[in-house]
Amino acid sequence: MNERILSRSIDPAAQAMLTVAEKAHLETAWDRFEKQLPQCGFGELGVCCRHCNMGPCRIDPFGEGPTKGVCGATADTMVARGLLRMIAAGAAAHSDHARDVAHTLKLTAEGKGGGYEIKDEAKLQRPAEEYGIPTEGRSKEEIALDLAKAALGEFGQQEGPIQFTRRAPAKRVQTWEKLGIDPRGIDREIVEIMHRTHMGVDNDYVNLILHGLRASLADGWGGSMIATELQDVLFGVPQPIRSQANLGVLKADEVNVIVHGHEPILSEMIVAAAQDPELLALAKGVGAKGINVAGICCTGNEVLMRHGIPIAGNFLQQELAVITGAVEAMVVDVQCIFPALADLASCFHTRFISTSPKAKFPGATHMEFHEETAYETAKAIVRTAVENYPNRNRARVYIPDEKSECMVGFSVEAILAALGGSLNPLLDAIKSGAIQGIAGVVGCNNPKVQHDYGHVNLVKELIKNNVLVVTTGCNAIACAKAGLLLPEAAELAGDGLKGVCQALGVPPVLHMGSCVDISRILVTCAAAANALGVDISDLPVAGAAPEWMSEKAVSIGAYVVASGIFTVLGTVPQVLGSPNVTALLTAGAEGVVGAKFAVEPDPFKAAKLIIDHIAARRAALGI
Amino acid sequence: MKEIFVRLDRCVGCHACELACAVEHSVAKHLFAAIAETPVPRKRLYVEYILQRKLPLLCRHCEDAPCVRACRTGAMSQDALTRIVTHDPDKCIGCWMCTMVCPYGVVGRQLERRIAVKCDRCPDLDVPACVTACPTKALVYAEEEEFAGGVRRVAAAEVVEGYVTAQTV
Repeated sequence: MNERILSRSIDPAAQAMLTVAEKAHLETAWDRFEKQLPQCGFGELGVCCRHCNMGPCRIDPFGEGPTKGVCGATADTMVARGLLRMIAAGAAAHSDHARDVAHTLKLTAEGKGGGYEIKDEAKLQRPAEEYGIPTEGRSKEEIALDLAKAALGEFGQQEGPIQFTRRAPAKRVQTWEKLGIDPRGIDREIVEIMHRTHMGVDNDYVNLILHGLRASLADGWGGSMIATELQDVLFGVPQPIRSQANLGVLKADEVNVIVHGHEPILSEMIVAAAQDPELLALAKGVGAKGINVAGICCTGNEVLMRHGIPIAGNFLQQELAVITGAVEAMVVDVQCIFPALADLASCFHTRFISTSPKAKFPGATHMEFHEETAYETAKAIVRTAVENYPNRNRARVYIPDEKSECMVGFSVEAILAALGGSLNPLLDAIKSGAIQGIAGVVGCNNPKVQHDYGHVNLVKELIKNNVLVVTTGCNAIACAKAGLLLPEAAELAGDGLKGVCQALGVPPVLHMGSCVDISRILVTCAAAANALGVDISDLPVAGAAPEWMSEKAVSIGAYVVASGIFTVLGTVPQVLGSPNVTALLTAGAEGVVGAKFAVEPDPFKAAKLIIDHIAARRAALGI
Repeated sequence: MKEIFVRLDRCVGCHACELACAVEHSVAKHLFAAIAETPVPRKRLYVEYILQRKLPLLCRHCEDAPCVRACRTGAMSQDALTRIVTHDPDKCIGCWMCTMVCPYGVVGRQLERRIAVKCDRCPDLDVPACVTACPTKALVYAEEEEFAGGVRRVAAAEVVEGYVTAQTV
């Protein structure tokens, strides 16, 4: 295997598929990234503004050329506005996902959901109580309808608070109120970003960034948390379950259907349709032994943790899955889907099927999905895949052997159950020092980082130093592939963490779900802070996104820091063109929200930053 | 010897060449660190906008270069073999004779010191930084014969095409 391929990924399955791609002259994201190099320096620094048609304007970072845009906007203004628009897009993506979940819950409660049911009645209780919805003597449908309406109301509401923000410790809420960043409504804060960043509105970088934090909080404690909570109501609270991860989960003798994207609304139905006797018989009829559904990205995480559906890979493996030549249908919903899949799929028998009215892809087959007719559409999609099985060119099939066992599904409820019903055993382990602290390691892949190198090395380094890792998204998938989501991985942990994991029978790295499920991490932190009578910013916890790339990640980083959690980024955000904004994010924020960002591409150095931060917080708590 | 040629129809005015030039002439040789350096790293080529056209201008390393002839201190010199004109900051007294005689106006000034800065054709690189940075390949690093040969082939094709069309009419 050549150096070029080895430098692109640490995952042997990915390396094998990249070798196949190279031989067949199939283009992947890594090739396209190389063609983009060198990338635009103005963009990298965030000093390019396209917000009005007097521009585009750029600021010379070396000070020789223009230092202001046509309107007079400085580098500070441009960088802050650009960052806010990324937050707006990220918060919008998570929250629009949540809106669809709430809408599905509403339709289901009204008896109009085409095949959905309220699977977790117990999960209805807490959010219903929080919203003040009566539950005594009412059916689950009645409660769910009120809950769905209450949640939907928070998108368009003009005055706060957003209910779930009150899960945060009182001190944290006071900080938000004092700073004027307690979010009022989910859509309102996103719209206000677009207003403020319009030409000639908000030009004060501090004022801009404070509002960016407010919108991000409306995501983390609003949109994302609503998505998580209501998905649990509809599809069940995840419980620990075993499964397998990596491209080796694709099967040579079955119909392979990949679900990719972010929302479980569609994939839940695909999973159900793949077990439909009629379609299974059809599959047998075309010579396949069965129908194998496998996930990619967060759609994959959702069905992985609720049904043990195997996961074929993370973000940068979406094209590699198609290149196996064994995928009958690549079924996508929204977010993080390469439009390049259309051209790639056309080189194989693979049907690239888009489903969301919000996300069409030139070259894809569009089979539009609506909640009211969910099961029928899912069946039609799976039937398309089955009927495509005879078209598979067996001479071109190459499925790598790699697949790792994993234990996933550690919702807050599951963690509490593992601990015997209360957080206290975990807090005691932290107080005793057996566990030094907790790090949430999350985020994407990015061809700027060797695939999975940042994820796996940071996580390994943290557990070695007795830091319990909670993970979501593409980091969770990287950890699954690396065998870190197994109780046996406790052997890689420091003695203290190893002992705790072995006593509880849990992995040292807990898979908490998809990207919107970072809200589960917030809930855990809030519960821990409340139990100790401190603010979240006092806890020995940290966040990290070693290979982040998306605007959603920017919103996540912002709400995690605004919630009081020190966060280390592995790729450099587009802000360095403003030394003031950079200083605010990496230093000044500490004095405002009790947390700040750091940027460290080297996962070993990033681990050191987190371990040092945790040690400082422990010292301040006197533990 | 290779020269930096400009394909006059290709420049989109992105200034990527200028940034890459400044970064290559920094200590760190990396954008994120270079922007914080003192002295501020200087670019040595200039994207001009005139008559609604965008055009990168850079030192042509002229034969019998006027800047070398005008320099009173020997700061400007031309390599006997490569013909590259370089500037020695230690010998420069900032008299700006070079700037006055340069027909392209591409001898600039270092901000902090009263001395000249100009293109050195990136002695540490195989291909100059500006050429690598250009996203539209408006800048080409090639032998004169290679560049002119390409132009000739295009011109020849056009002539032949015109001739064939004329024949058929």
